Amino acid sequence: MALVREQALVIAFDSTTAALAAERELGARGLPGRIIPLPREVSAGCGLSWKTPPSARESVTSALDEAGIPWVGAYELTI
Amino acid sequence: MIYLDNAATTPHKPECVIAAVTAALSSMGNASRGAHEGSLAASRVVFEAREKVARLLGCGRADHVVFTCNATEALNIAIAGTVNAGDHVITTDLEHNSVLRPLYRLEAERGVSLGFVRADECGRPVYDDFERLLRPNTRTVVCTHASNVTGDVVDLRRVSAFAHEHGLLLIVDASQSVGCVPLDMTALGIDVLCFTGHKGLYGPQGTGGICVREGVDVRPWKVGGTGVSSFSHEQPTAYPTRLEAGTLNGHGIAGLSAALDFVAETGIETIAAHEAALASRFVEQVAAVDGVTVYGDALVPDHGCRTATVSINVRDYDSSAVSDALSQTYDIATRPGAHCAPRMHESMGTTDRGTVRFSFGWFNTAGDADEAAVAVREIAS
Repeated sequence: MALVREQALVIAFDSTTAALAAERELGARGLPGRIIPLPREVSAGCGLSWKTPPSARESVTSALDEAGIPWVGAYELTI
Repeated sequence: MIYLDNAATTPHKPECVIAAVTAALSSMGNASRGAHEGSLAASRVVFEAREKVARLLGCGRADHVVFTCNATEALNIAIAGTVNAGDHVITTDLEHNSVLRPLYRLEAERGVSLGFVRADECGRPVYDDFERLLRPNTRTVVCTHASNVTGDVVDLRRVSAFAHEHGLLLIVDASQSVGCVPLDMTALGIDVLCFTGHKGLYGPQGTGGICVREGVDVRPWKVGGTGVSSFSHEQPTAYPTRLEAGTLNGHGIAGLSAALDFVAETGIETIAAHEAALASRFVEQVAAVDGVTVYGDALVPDHGCRTATVSINVRDYDSSAVSDALSQTYDIATRPGAHCAPRMHESMGTTDRGTVRFSFGWFNTAGDADEAAVAVREIAS
């Protein structure tokens, strides 16, 4: 089966702990998305990121900021 | 067997800890190594354990809770990662070799100088020494929270006030106190707190950690795989990854997480009261026995906070001989010798024979304390 690509917003973190804190916070707020491996477009290294529909950018990033969860970038990608 | 060596490790782990480790052994992926469910489940277990440690010990940030394999590793990381060449460090005669040897090594290899707050003949810290030892190049205080020999708890408020008045970093070894007496690193002004998981927290051996106050830089001691930033030549700078190279003891941390629930649900005040009652019950009985010497604060009226550790000697007997008799004749497990705290024995005049250490835990009973006291009385007779 071929990989299906779609438009997504990818939020990158600099630690696994931050990614898991984000999963907890965003899940509690009912915001869409899930943890995925960091795509190469963001960084060729390893790591975790949060994949969510581009339309959720404002709600997700402001939720992270309100909760004090550090994120290092938000990227709109076809992945 | 009556086990009275809880200061070395607590042998009886709560059922929830056993269940958590067992479950992890048959299911756990590698935390922080990918985004499949096995890895994510492991990552969540570790993440939740960090949150529980932060809550229990008053660490302001869960991501500043770093897991290590024991308190010794934690202290090595904390000391080597903060003390610089030419620094002067103040520590105490109460310390365990897990503090002393990392400091002695820095003294030998990096020109670090050391000052020791004395312990008196009962093993209590001479607090006035902190000011007396201060030098222009003093940067750090490394201090235990509780003596592993006498069970006396150090007045960390006093130590912290001294350290912060002079802009010094305060590193605390909480190996003996965590889970046994209340401890809030933020309220006490502790900068770096090192702890173990397998004693008063009732977690598995191979678990421990460091809580780092926000704003404190601890240089990595080991570097390597982290699951993030793989093409960087340097270790990532963000905590906890910064100090956690290599696969964590995920199975052990799963057990520690359950153990933290056990301690929180039972309540540290409840645990402390139970253990203190056992230690007092034992001390009251043996102190009345001719030929028994009790060390530390245990016999001082209105003594301050103590852990449930009691060191004694019987007549002029070698502590090894007494401990062996307790084991062989009475099936009571105690610890003889120096307890890896050489300077304490120099202060107390017990370098030639050490002390016999009785340390009580949550699963001990009043009957255990009574049987131990009877055995001591018989050995002394």
